[in-house]
Amino acid sequence: MTVDVTTDVLVVGSGAAGMYAAVSAARNGADTVLVDKSLIGRGGATIMAQMTVAAAVGEQEPDHWTHHLQDTLESGRGLCNEELAAILCEEAPLRIRELDEWKIGWAREDGHMKQVMAPGHGRERCVYVDFLNTGPAVARTLRTQIGRAGNLRRASELTITSIVVNDGQVAGAVGLNMETGAAVTIQAKAVVLAAGGLTRLYQRNSASVNMGGDAYALALRAGAELIDMEFVQFFPIGHLAPRLVGMDPIMWDPFRYKLGGRLLNSEGDEFVQNYGHAETSNKYTAPRDVASFAILQEVAAGRGSPAGGAYLSFEHIPEADLRAAFGPVIDRLAANDIDLTKRGIEVSPIAHYHMGGVRVDGHMETGVPGLFAAGEAVGGANGANRLSGNALSEAFVFGERAGRFAAEAIGNRVGSWSNEAARSAIDEIMAGRHVATRQSGPGLASMLVTLQKIMWQDVGLLRTANGLANARALVQNMRWDIGDYPGASDHRFALSMQEWFDLRNSLIAAEAIIASAQTRTESRGAHQRGDFPRTDVDQTHNLITRLDGEGLSVMEAPLVSKPFNLIPLEAAE
Amino acid sequence: MTERLARLKIQRGGPGEAPAYDDFEVPYREGMSVLDALIWIRTNKDSSLAIRYSCTNANTCKECMVRVDEKTVYACTKRLGTTPVLVGPLTNKRLLRDLVTDIVPPREKLSLLLGEPNSEE
Ligand SMILES: Cc1cc2nc3c(=O)[nH]c(=O)nc-3n(C[C@H](O)[C@H](O)[C@H](O)COP(=O)(O)OP(=O)(O)OC[C@H]3O[C@@H](n4cnc5c(N)ncnc54)[C@H](O)[C@@H]3O)c2cc1C
Ligand code: FES
Repeated sequence: MTVDVTTDVLVVGSGAAGMYAAVSAARNGADTVLVDKSLIGRGGATIMAQMTVAAAVGEQEPDHWTHHLQDTLESGRGLCNEELAAILCEEAPLRIRELDEWKIGWAREDGHMKQVMAPGHGRERCVYVDFLNTGPAVARTLRTQIGRAGNLRRASELTITSIVVNDGQVAGAVGLNMETGAAVTIQAKAVVLAAGGLTRLYQRNSASVNMGGDAYALALRAGAELIDMEFVQFFPIGHLAPRLVGMDPIMWDPFRYKLGGRLLNSEGDEFVQNYGHAETSNKYTAPRDVASFAILQEVAAGRGSPAGGAYLSFEHIPEADLRAAFGPVIDRLAANDIDLTKRGIEVSPIAHYHMGGVRVDGHMETGVPGLFAAGEAVGGANGANRLSGNALSEAFVFGERAGRFAAEAIGNRVGSWSNEAARSAIDEIMAGRHVATRQSGPGLASMLVTLQKIMWQDVGLLRTANGLANARALVQNMRWDIGDYPGASDHRFALSMQEWFDLRNSLIAAEAIIASAQTRTESRGAHQRGDFPRTDVDQTHNLITRLDGEGLSVMEAPLVSKPFNLIPLEAAE
Repeated sequence: MTERLARLKIQRGGPGEAPAYDDFEVPYREGMSVLDALIWIRTNKDSSLAIRYSCTNANTCKECMVRVDEKTVYACTKRLGTTPVLVGPLTNKRLLRDLVTDIVPPREKLSLLLGEPNSEE
């Protein structure tokens, strides 16, 4: 068979990282194709991001990227890949200024970009677009650039199911045509994996449907390695109840930060201070992991809210102050029957971001020649705990680099497509197409719900050897149960088939988290072990996960360190 | 105590087929959206129901537009009550299946990348 599409660089996923990579590959001379399983620019985390982007542009007050780096490394609890973290911090200002030229509309004040404080940053460093509009503005701006690029084609509704590797290097990819259920073959000299994160694996999450861990499974199955998969970041006060529609579940944070909302248990008492962090009544200072842990412990002790979280109360704040701080949001809350002057809302930790991910070098290339990665899919830069605002910077910076170095790499490479190498990937789609259409009854969606419960219960905020072993056995059984190809098909809008590929990926990504979490017998950053509550200096190394056949293996790797000199801020001005 | 139920009549089928309607009962939760109910149906009753959505809560992806009682709405922000509703696909877009229509912008269509004849109506 002949391939359906031929290109130099294929970019998988069109969030901030993928769109930036595509623009960058194209402007560096490569014929580029950008695809997404959802609609271009809309399917992932990027368009949902509401808050801020960290970059030492130094417009609000003197700043230098080495100070941003220092804060990033500190937050990462000793595990950051210092080369990647330095790249992130040094190049973030370039990308912020480029987006400014592309008219993203960063908030301004007295003629300069407005930068605000965010937890963990030593200075006013975070830019944003009003009002809670950063992500949509990013998506719109990059989509415009995509539309302007010459040698760049793009397609929605193509779910990449396998990266094709031939003779030890990338040859392209195979995907599922969502509209028809058919297999699509794409020959490419380089592939950039920018398929986003995995927080949908958890019962309580801030994810879109397309954040089930595809990038990690695609990389592993192509022979690439993952790094530090045990570090999933939980956001302490995600919205839990009452049902709030049309608003992001992480929306409470800036308001709590601004106004000092109180966290209360079912007895109406503040409790965070009982877990080793003195939080005075109206200040919100406990680090994310402490607040999350405290809420879970209260729930476990029978003092949780009815839905299984804690109350966040603003009842002590005068109505006028609430109105001033919440702005138009207060009316959207009213439409949800939420009156903050009358009662608290219920909050809970929710899975929010993944620090671990595909292992790459400074060129964003994996160990498989021609396979690059960018964005949240990449692991290492943020170590054991990410600083707020670093995720979008990472998506811009790594996306730009992945596209640029992919375009460079194709110069000395000929396309190495072979039908043989793509055969099994094509066959599993074809096999799925031939099973009966329209099976009613619960399907794979209910298996995903089961997986989400397992991950929440045993692989969430507090882990133990028993819980992890239990979870791993269940996940391995599910990997076995789903079989080798989709068990239901639908030839127009192939959602059932896509769901099978999604679930296969989610199960592999889940097992990778579990395997890594089993190996790290200490507590550090986002990885907390009930049976090993302390940090162990002897485990100050990274953990690398590989797929050998069907089985996952984990091994230690030394840190990537890169000494730097903190530039004094007077000199930097 | 009997459980409160939300009732949905959902249009099924593909282009060129006479629309069929399936009735579903869904456990009612205070404040739930039409999308919550559609997800519940796919998870618990009928996984062959085709729907399109991404962001689920934030109302930013704008992928979930359907018609509820003949009005175009976002499924993720349209509240459900306990009176029955009729849910159908957008009528001004090409129907793919059930509640899913072709809302992909012209220059982002996979058929264009594949060099297929334009499938626009
Ligand atoms: C609610 C929320 C709020 C946030 N707020 C902030 C913030 O204020 N500041 C900050 O810095 N960070 C924030 N983050 C984190 C940040 O938004 C993400 O880390 C970042 O946007 C990731 O960008 P990305 O391009 O790597 O992935 P995404 O934007 O998630 O894009 C990945 C894309 O890949 C596609 N895809 C997945 N699998 C496949 C496949 N198999 N085939 C084809 N396509 C595929 C998806 O459909 C999606 O479009 C937030 C995250 C969330 C969820
Ligand atoms: S699901 Fe995203 S807008 Fe409705």
